[in-house]
Amino acid sequence: MRLSRKSRSVLTDIWLVGPATCAMIVLIFIPVIIVALMSFTDYQFGARSFNWVGWQNYIVMLTDPTARHAVTNTLVYAAIVIPASIFLGLIVALGLHHLALKTPRFASGLRAAYFLPVAATLVAMAVVWQMLLHPSLGLLNQLLAAMGQQGPAWLSDRGLVLYTLAVIGIWQSVGYNMVLFLAGLAAIPSDLYDAAELDGAGSGWNRFWTVTWPMLGPTTLFVTVITATGAFRVFETVATLTKGGPAFASDVLVYAMYREGFVYFKAGYSSALTIVFFLLVLLVTALKFGILEKKVHYK
Amino acid sequence: MTGRIILVTALILGAFLMLVPFLWMLSLSFKDSAEIFSSTLDFFPARLSLDNYITAFTKVDLGRFLLNGVIVCAGILVFQFLFSVPCAYALTQRRFRGRQVIFGLVLAGLLVPFHVTAIPLFLALAKLNLLDTYTALIVPFVSSMFGIFLFRQAFAALSPDLFDAARLDGLSETAIVWRIALPLVLPAATAFGIFSVVAHWNDLFWNLIVTSDPNLATPPRGILYFRDRESGSDIGPLMAATVIVIAPMIVGFLMAQRRFIQGLAAGGLKG
Repeated sequence: MRLSRKSRSVLTDIWLVGPATCAMIVLIFIPVIIVALMSFTDYQFGARSFNWVGWQNYIVMLTDPTARHAVTNTLVYAAIVIPASIFLGLIVALGLHHLALKTPRFASGLRAAYFLPVAATLVAMAVVWQMLLHPSLGLLNQLLAAMGQQGPAWLSDRGLVLYTLAVIGIWQSVGYNMVLFLAGLAAIPSDLYDAAELDGAGSGWNRFWTVTWPMLGPTTLFVTVITATGAFRVFETVATLTKGGPAFASDVLVYAMYREGFVYFKAGYSSALTIVFFLLVLLVTALKFGILEKKVHYK
Repeated sequence: MTGRIILVTALILGAFLMLVPFLWMLSLSFKDSAEIFSSTLDFFPARLSLDNYITAFTKVDLGRFLLNGVIVCAGILVFQFLFSVPCAYALTQRRFRGRQVIFGLVLAGLLVPFHVTAIPLFLALAKLNLLDTYTALIVPFVSSMFGIFLFRQAFAALSPDLFDAARLDGLSETAIVWRIALPLVLPAATAFGIFSVVAHWNDLFWNLIVTSDPNLATPPRGILYFRDRESGSDIGPLMAATVIVIAPMIVGFLMAQRRFIQGLAAGGLKG
């Protein structure tokens, strides 16, 4: 039987688009629906049945004194990493952009150094950080000891551990933000600076506030959103260095979701943690798509 | 002039701080344990010996971890291309009903971080008896929304006339996808490839969930097995192992900086 031209064309479309479409429905959309439903149950991996428990998982997560750490620590971690990483990324990008005018090769060498942590395997580098921060043998505390100071236990002190992890998070993400800012800076037309000069904004400080900063607006928003999603999903350093401890002092959403679900098999509770994580990411990602749309319109 | 000196000094100092972990890792990877545990601080090892590197390969199966990393990354990448390139081509160069709906789904899918789908995917793989297999490590990633998105942008910039000409020459749509469309968007393909390989080489989360067999450990998981087994007594070989694990990414980055930065920066579009 010969197929008509039209139905052959439809078959071709299905052949081209079908596999990816089926895969995304099975691997993304159905799982999202299931995890949302599971977050209202007390299901445990391996159990034969489950009960609907309404909002109970969410209530525990937000009110129980120990369980609450996962949410609050994630927010504190993000509140440190987001501004610090953006600020440092911008400073370094401004410096390198300026440097590249006269010594481009030197500037690109430095850029590579700043970007290196982004490409390196974070788990492996976290193990290296463990050595740097070791209470007695670590480089940092040995340096402090040489100056007559007793260094703290950076990763096992309850009051300190989250900040230590935040510093590692900043170290890892600055290079990424720098690269995005460098791209933003390269896109600013140089005649804007000439015009600012004519208008009397001659000093570097004035030029920054009248031209650079406003022109970087879209880049800065974009960088903010990316840094935020990155900070919300912090997992590798926590899993490698602290496992959420001591006493939940460094527990964060994604790690808690892993532990509750895959170590303690509390699938229902873990699903609720997942949904809260998802909502946080969704909030900032939605913002990002809004920005992207705008950028397209202005072109 | 002084301003410039201050700027250069500050930038060099900052870059040095960024590099400290890498330098310390290299330094420790050449030291023997007597030197590591000594109370004096020396950056340069007393002698350059590869003993730690040899120990890293003989004491644990580092070669196996690296091979697993290659198998998983290659498997994922091949499927991602097979699924996303034809889909992106059809979304831009063909007219059919549901095109907008499918693209809408791709955009919605971009918003979903992988972690969100982990629990149901784990359940399904457990039901299918696929835990502790390469399949479990590869299957969840075969269809990349980000890949479709990137390829769609690249294909949209190509002129439809090109493809009409190929059709007149009697080429099938499948042949057009792989022999004409893909070679025309190699920069996008490279950027996506780098993004995908870096992401999956470095991933710990999914390996931790679906495998318990050390023979299936990818490099980051392997490092953790090594560290936990030695419980901190064998720092030199452990650092040698970390050097080897990050080396492919670092060497790749230093050799193709522009492509690497493009690929990873584009990854920011992903949820």
